[in-house]
Amino acid sequence: MADRPVLTGTRRALGGFRPSGALAGVVPFFAYTTVFLLIPTIVVVVGAFVDGSGRPTLDNIAALGGSTSSFLPALQHSLVLSVVTAVTGAVIGAVLAYAVSTARPDGMLKRFVTALCGVLAQFGGVALAFAFMATFSLQGFLTVWLTNLGIDTGSSLWLYQWDKGLMLVYLYFQIPLMLIVFLPAVEGIKPQWREATETLGGTTWTYWRRVAGPILMPSFIGATLLLFTNAFSAYATAAALISQASPIVPLQIGGTFTSEVILGQENVGKAMAMAMVVVVALVMWLYAWLDKRASRWLVR
Amino acid sequence: MTATPSPAASARGTEVRLTDLTRVYAGSVRALDGFTLHMAPGEFVALLGPSGCGKTTALRLLAGLEDADGGTIEVGGKDVTSVPTNKRDMGMVFQAYSLFPHMTARQNVEFGLELRRQDKATRHQRAAEMLDLVGLSKQADRFAHQMSGGQQQRVALARALAIEPQVLLLDEPLSALDAKVRSQLRDEIRRIQLEVGTTTLFVTHDQEEALAVADRVGVMNAGRLEQLASPAELYKNPATPFVAEFVGLTNRLRCTVSGGVATVLGGSVPLLAGSAGDGPAVVLIRPEGVEISTAPAGSGSVAGASASVVSASFLGASGKIVARLDASAGGGGELVSVQVDNTDVTAYAPGDRVILSPRGDAALAVAVS
Repeated sequence: MADRPVLTGTRRALGGFRPSGALAGVVPFFAYTTVFLLIPTIVVVVGAFVDGSGRPTLDNIAALGGSTSSFLPALQHSLVLSVVTAVTGAVIGAVLAYAVSTARPDGMLKRFVTALCGVLAQFGGVALAFAFMATFSLQGFLTVWLTNLGIDTGSSLWLYQWDKGLMLVYLYFQIPLMLIVFLPAVEGIKPQWREATETLGGTTWTYWRRVAGPILMPSFIGATLLLFTNAFSAYATAAALISQASPIVPLQIGGTFTSEVILGQENVGKAMAMAMVVVVALVMWLYAWLDKRASRWLVR
Repeated sequence: MTATPSPAASARGTEVRLTDLTRVYAGSVRALDGFTLHMAPGEFVALLGPSGCGKTTALRLLAGLEDADGGTIEVGGKDVTSVPTNKRDMGMVFQAYSLFPHMTARQNVEFGLELRRQDKATRHQRAAEMLDLVGLSKQADRFAHQMSGGQQQRVALARALAIEPQVLLLDEPLSALDAKVRSQLRDEIRRIQLEVGTTTLFVTHDQEEALAVADRVGVMNAGRLEQLASPAELYKNPATPFVAEFVGLTNRLRCTVSGGVATVLGGSVPLLAGSAGDGPAVVLIRPEGVEISTAPAGSGSVAGASASVVSASFLGASGKIVARLDASAGGGGELVSVQVDNTDVTAYAPGDRVILSPRGDAALAVAVS
């Protein structure tokens, strides 16, 4: 080892590590995720285990499961809301993705649908809630129009309930998101797989049940999990639409920081947020595992 | 290579008759235009032609993956023109890798047997036999992404043969492979086909592949079969100018035809049937049909046409000299390719003066357009 290179100066200081241009390019990304993901997560986790004076405590965690706590019902609502909108959005979005994949690759229809879905998947928050109110509320244009036609639309209160209106509003961005996420997987299906199935004696049903279905399943489940986390962590749309009570976890967390009625609950809010982080982390780990499995099978 | 399949193969194979097939795309593009092909039981026929000539369409019609607009398809004496793909009993290997990626090699091979409701023990045994046949017994538990392209195509061949199909269809199965693997697998396909005796239709645009493995080669052009013959017959006696130019290398040289003989390069070439009549014409001569020798010093006259060497290439098993005819030789500066022994390549260098003459092999002449 006599001719081993001698490290000098900065390189020695870095332990032989030589920064490259490519590495420099990702510095802003790491800075961004540190400031807006890593540090907030640490603040949330630490805050969940300390009291208002900064002393360690498990009271915040215990408060989540107390008999008077509204957290568990809210968690149940959040899970139901997320599962229903994720599964419904995934099924409808998958069917749409398949339909779009059969269109001409460079055709107008495909370009239009994918571009539109790209916008709609990000169309949430106050604007979306207002759009639904302007359409379906008591004075919404659709309600007024139907009433003028003599059709009784009944009460519009359903629009402001988590298990009715909020689900419908969430589907508005869940379905386009599914199309965008799932379309590459559907397009990765080779036509030769269907033809091989047929020449070997299989039918269309055989193809979907034994070939295309199993190949697409990891991508489908992965995309459904992504939709789940999308709904589970959504806040702005629900906050704009539901002003009475806090039936889902994100609204409860928001309430602990903004409520003028119940004070000093910030650390309980952080405990709630930590519970959400755990759920989302588990789901995203499963998503990454499924995506890795699917990427071996599908050329995207 | 023989035009008639071996008796053993014939006994196991099935006769195929494609008669007057027509396929029209987008209302006007005639991919197949009265295509007719009869395959003897156990025969290996290769369809050869340029892109868009209709060879893949013919194969897909036989597989049932596309519907014919006219004509009939008979397999084993039965009309299957309207029979769906999954009832036709055909094994197919595709150009693109088509193994089911979520199954191992063994599961891929067993797939068709499962659909035929064969019991597990029979499936296992048959899959093992097929993987052994293609030399991949040790890779039985590997997935497609764990195998090379050549291995994937071998498994695809095993999968197609496992169901004991009436006809084996090969749609350019070697085109995605590198040259060495392609050559090996090509020979292996032929060995396996002779062993199992399945009637086989092989589509390719690679003439070397077609000539090397097929009992008969069909050259296609514009949706029609130009010529169907043994590789040797096709090469030596092309029926049309298209076949002469598409199969092998060909020199196009101006000549004069008289009484079934072409006068070219200062010599005579007997003409094949179907050649142009008396008068000026263009004769199609293979590089190996031309003789080359160093021009004698001085002004002595010898039989042949004088030319200058443009390039001399060593091609491994043989060599190629390209020479430009002198304007005075009546050729007006045409380039002529000459095949020589690989040991003779070094005898020629660019600029050398040479004499070219025909060896006298029969050739095809076409009228000057």
